[in-house]
Amino acid sequence: MAEIKVETVAKTFGTFAAVKGVTFTVDHGSFFVILGPSGCGKTTTLRMIAGLELPTSGRILLDGEDVTALRASARDIAFVFQLFALYPHMNVRQNIGFPLRCQNYPRAEIRQSVEETARLLKIDHLLERRVGGLSGGDRQRVALGRAIVRRPKAFLMDEPLGALDSEFRRLMCGELRELHDRIDATTVYITHDQLEAMAMADRIVIMNQGRVEQIGTPQEIYDRPRTMFVADFIGAPPMSFLGVQTALRRGDRNIRIDGVPVEMPEVFEDRAEGMFALGVRPENVSFADASQLRGRVIGAEYLGTTQIVTVVTANGQVKARLPSGKAVRVGETVGLTLRPDRLSLFDATSGQALLSTLYEGGYRG
Amino acid sequence: MAEVALIDVSKSYGTVEAVHGLSLSIADGEFLVLLGPTGAGKTTTLRLIAGLERPDRGNVVIQGRVVTDEVPAERDVAFVFQQYSLYPHLTVYDNLAFPLRSPARRVDEKVIRRRVQQVSELLHIEQKLGNRATALSGGEMQRVAIGRALVREPAVYLMDEPLSSLDAKLRAELRLELKRIQRELGTTILYVTHDQIEAMTMADRIGVMHEGALIQLGTPREIYERPNSAYVASRLGTPAINLIPAELLGSDKVPPQVRTVGLRTEHIRISSADRPGPLARVHWVEHLGDQNHVHLKLATHSLVTLADPAQPLKAGDQVSLEFAEPLYFDQAGNRIGTDGVGGRA
Repeated sequence: MAEIKVETVAKTFGTFAAVKGVTFTVDHGSFFVILGPSGCGKTTTLRMIAGLELPTSGRILLDGEDVTALRASARDIAFVFQLFALYPHMNVRQNIGFPLRCQNYPRAEIRQSVEETARLLKIDHLLERRVGGLSGGDRQRVALGRAIVRRPKAFLMDEPLGALDSEFRRLMCGELRELHDRIDATTVYITHDQLEAMAMADRIVIMNQGRVEQIGTPQEIYDRPRTMFVADFIGAPPMSFLGVQTALRRGDRNIRIDGVPVEMPEVFEDRAEGMFALGVRPENVSFADASQLRGRVIGAEYLGTTQIVTVVTANGQVKARLPSGKAVRVGETVGLTLRPDRLSLFDATSGQALLSTLYEGGYRG
Repeated sequence: MAEVALIDVSKSYGTVEAVHGLSLSIADGEFLVLLGPTGAGKTTTLRLIAGLERPDRGNVVIQGRVVTDEVPAERDVAFVFQQYSLYPHLTVYDNLAFPLRSPARRVDEKVIRRRVQQVSELLHIEQKLGNRATALSGGEMQRVAIGRALVREPAVYLMDEPLSSLDAKLRAELRLELKRIQRELGTTILYVTHDQIEAMTMADRIGVMHEGALIQLGTPREIYERPNSAYVASRLGTPAINLIPAELLGSDKVPPQVRTVGLRTEHIRISSADRPGPLARVHWVEHLGDQNHVHLKLATHSLVTLADPAQPLKAGDQVSLEFAEPLYFDQAGNRIGTDGVGGRA
């Protein structure tokens, strides 16, 4: 168990600033995911926590101890890259025990730790098998075993499931999270896959261009994105935005879209005339003939249980998630209703969300 | 007329039979997706059509011509691979023009310029024509790779997981674009993937492959709503279909030969525990953003279903279940239905 504190850490490579002052705390025993597009600085951040890169400025604390300048080997952290890197000439027992043998642990202790680890991963019946003949899942469990056998203070994982096909990835997500809970480890996990992040994380930090966009639980980030970047990055399909030129007053509960008043969470800020974006998730959009907010259907994607219908309005494109039994014709004009308590409002220039009852935790459920 | 047809084609590598007695025909202007896990024989099928492999048995027909003995260059197909391989020292323009400048084709530079311009507009990369290929983002590079296939007008495009190396967001965008382009140009595409969302959203028809054989062929809706087997049913749908033993529902509730019952979200109605129907307990609710999955315990079995936003459930809740028109499967895993099992290839 360990608490990891990253304090205003920055890293520059030549003239390129990869990480620009990032701060977050990973609590004891939590599963913390760093999520962001390629090039956002997530891997560099993880490598600094591991001690594989030295920050240009800022501090990294492991259980209160400043480890910023310590080498990787002095940090008691296990780094898991691609889970598949096993030694093909060794059997499962030797593969799992390898990190302990390198550190000259006594034989009896290695045997005991390896067997304990194998039981934890439910591969104790495979200990004498060669890794070459194992299924993909078992190979991955062996690789995990090798990472956890020394019981380090924390695990750092860099897209460990990236190379797997989607179904298997889903299965391994569940196993990784269960394993984390069983050994009560602190885990920092990087991915660009939001479903992985949502399924596993206690908390997520979303990074963009070397900066932190938002830190929160998966549900917070999904329901109350602080920026348009987050709103657009999370969700498949992402949040839709309706552009509106208007002024806002504290206490407003309506916004006029194409002349039609649309109910939204009460706004807590006064804003001069400018461009704003009303954000709505696809599952909060429905069709209602009576609604004055009109749009034209330009496409429907069939997904089995549901379908995603794209509607063009005068203020932008809106995607709606509807039951697939609902008949929708491309080209038809429809009325839209937006679920009032779930709407976000952004300053379209800065991309920042405005404070409202939704964002002040005023909504329940 | 069918643009491309495979007639009873088999291909083995040593003792492994990669493709087994496969017959398939792709119509002119059709977007056909082969779906299956790693090792199902999808890529081998593509390679057989491209001429990169020779079948042990059977024939490949393109535009009415038997091409089984022809080399790839004679076949009039364009291949897009999983990993984009662009020429790093060339500009986007020259990368796109490259296939047309092949000495075998002798296309006039004026025609080339027009084609490259058209294709770059279609792919929204017309602003990048002067850039080096290495100065592009991953999504742009993959668009150039697809564009390089599109500048030619072959009888069929063969695509082998062209989007799988991209991140989720780009993949979703390119999925829509590829479908739009295919529709606008009326091109014929055979596309291979293990991603069910790609198959469902792009395909006119999906062919589900398993261990070298084509198990079912049909529109996405047919495959999803009327799968011919439990295997096909389990390939599509998120969360995956729940397959539970028929005894659990009670023998009087299901037709006689039924051994397994398939339940998707739309087949499960959850109501309060005082209603009739088998009782289940909410094990946990998994928040995945737009998709919240409810994990239910029905006796010793787990069921996963999509949460209904209008029906808040929490761990520990007792609920009553009702099953509406579930799918029934026999001992062998074949579906038993009143509508007849359609779409068998």
